[in-house]
Amino acid sequence: MLETVVENSQATTIMFDFPDWPGFLAGQHVDVRLTAQDGYQAQRSYSISSAPEDEHVAITVERLDDGEVSPFLTGELRVGDELEMRGPIGGYFVWQDTDGGPVQLVAGGSGVAPLRSILRHHRAIASTVPMRLLCSARSLELLLYRDELTSPVDDHVEITLTLTRDQPPDWAGYGRRVDRDMLVEAAWAPAHQPLCYVCGPTPFVETVAGTLVDLGYDPGRIRTERFGGTGT
Amino acid sequence: MAITRGFHGRRVDADPARVPPGQYVTEGFPVLSAGPTQHTHTDAWTFTIRGEVDEPLTWTWPQFQALPHETVTVDIHCVTKWSKLGTAWTGVALDTLLDGVQTSADYVLAFSDGGYTTNLPLQDLRDGQAWVAYEYDGEALEPEHGGPARLLVPHLYFWKSAKWVRGLELRAHDEPGFWERYGYHNYGDPWKEQRYDGD
Amino acid sequence: MDALDGNAIAGTLAEVFGTEMTTAVVSCGACGRTGPMAEVSVYLDGPGVVVRCRSCSNLLVVIVRRRELACVDLTGLASLTIAG
Repeated sequence: MLETVVENSQATTIMFDFPDWPGFLAGQHVDVRLTAQDGYQAQRSYSISSAPEDEHVAITVERLDDGEVSPFLTGELRVGDELEMRGPIGGYFVWQDTDGGPVQLVAGGSGVAPLRSILRHHRAIASTVPMRLLCSARSLELLLYRDELTSPVDDHVEITLTLTRDQPPDWAGYGRRVDRDMLVEAAWAPAHQPLCYVCGPTPFVETVAGTLVDLGYDPGRIRTERFGGTGT
Repeated sequence: MAITRGFHGRRVDADPARVPPGQYVTEGFPVLSAGPTQHTHTDAWTFTIRGEVDEPLTWTWPQFQALPHETVTVDIHCVTKWSKLGTAWTGVALDTLLDGVQTSADYVLAFSDGGYTTNLPLQDLRDGQAWVAYEYDGEALEPEHGGPARLLVPHLYFWKSAKWVRGLELRAHDEPGFWERYGYHNYGDPWKEQRYDGD
Repeated sequence: MDALDGNAIAGTLAEVFGTEMTTAVVSCGACGRTGPMAEVSVYLDGPGVVVRCRSCSNLLVVIVRRRELACVDLTGLASLTIAG
């Protein structure tokens, strides 16, 4: 492990280097396996939140107080420590320039991690594929990658945020959970046949994906990745 | 196997005499499942003993609640290596349900909503070894932990304590249940570490 | 506990099949629903990995790791096509 960046009071991004790392596609993940001295093992999957072009491989871990793995990764892990990891993994929830667009990304909470990889990759290769992100977080404080997502520099990227629990006093954006009206307003219209990526906790993904299908988006162009409560 | 410096997991210390080989004690109550959580309303719930019996026996929820019940505190051991000590359950003893049931069967296949099954020797359900439990820790058993009622057979690995249980099929011949078909041990004694077929 | 999807077992599938499997196309033996392995319902953490059809909950795949072996049962699938 190389370095950590504290994202907010609940989450930390951790950077690694791996010997013989083959590179990866934006959207892929790694499996982390921890082994205690008595042989006890725990395993979790984490999306890679960095771009393939970034110098180090990053994962973002949300700390759950009664979690088994996250308190260790966010609290105990030190620079120089080694972790057993398997990856990169996944060939479905990935985006490359050749996949084209327009692209509609929809993120719920920590589900923004793989989508951030896609956004950073898009920027790093100077892609001209039009891309939109609709990102849901409970508050600005809990929004991951806040600086990146609140000050985009890319002409081809449009980011819409919704803060579902607390909004700052001068907030002009959405303040509720992603719903049908919000998708109609903020997302690429179905007529554009966007390639959609929806990521977050299972109930979020089910609701959003279901709504997209109801709105007439092509189910074959909706890719989903569900995060479990066991991401602790 | 590389040891991860500083990682301890969420285990707690316990009296080793109560912990079968290869198990780790937890204070949480992990939810493990082979399928979607079943939500059966007690209005629709029945428990049936069928198979090698003269006539099937069925209880509705109110009838079941009227049976003698007891609260027991037991240790439970999951084949995935976690153990939880001192868990309190309230339910009807299988001895009560089997009282007066004439059968030549030696085996049982327990069946549940959602299609889950598990098999045991009939003998392992008798003599104070098993219950159909509908309360955990003094509260109604939640669906994610097997409510309205689950089988409770603490002397075997916990996959034998079928969640969402709806009845027992008494059988002359043993029939492997869900996990037993996929390579888990037919009997499952945690003290002999009988996790897999052939152990 | 909500089900996850095939992405959650991508690593396990890659280990068992020796190749990327989330883009493999699977067909349910009960209702015929067809789609990428990434979209199936997955139940983890139990004694084994259980894969069910997202539409009808039919059991599609069961993977049990016993010590060094993986036992994989695919009988719930009508078909499995691995991307070339």
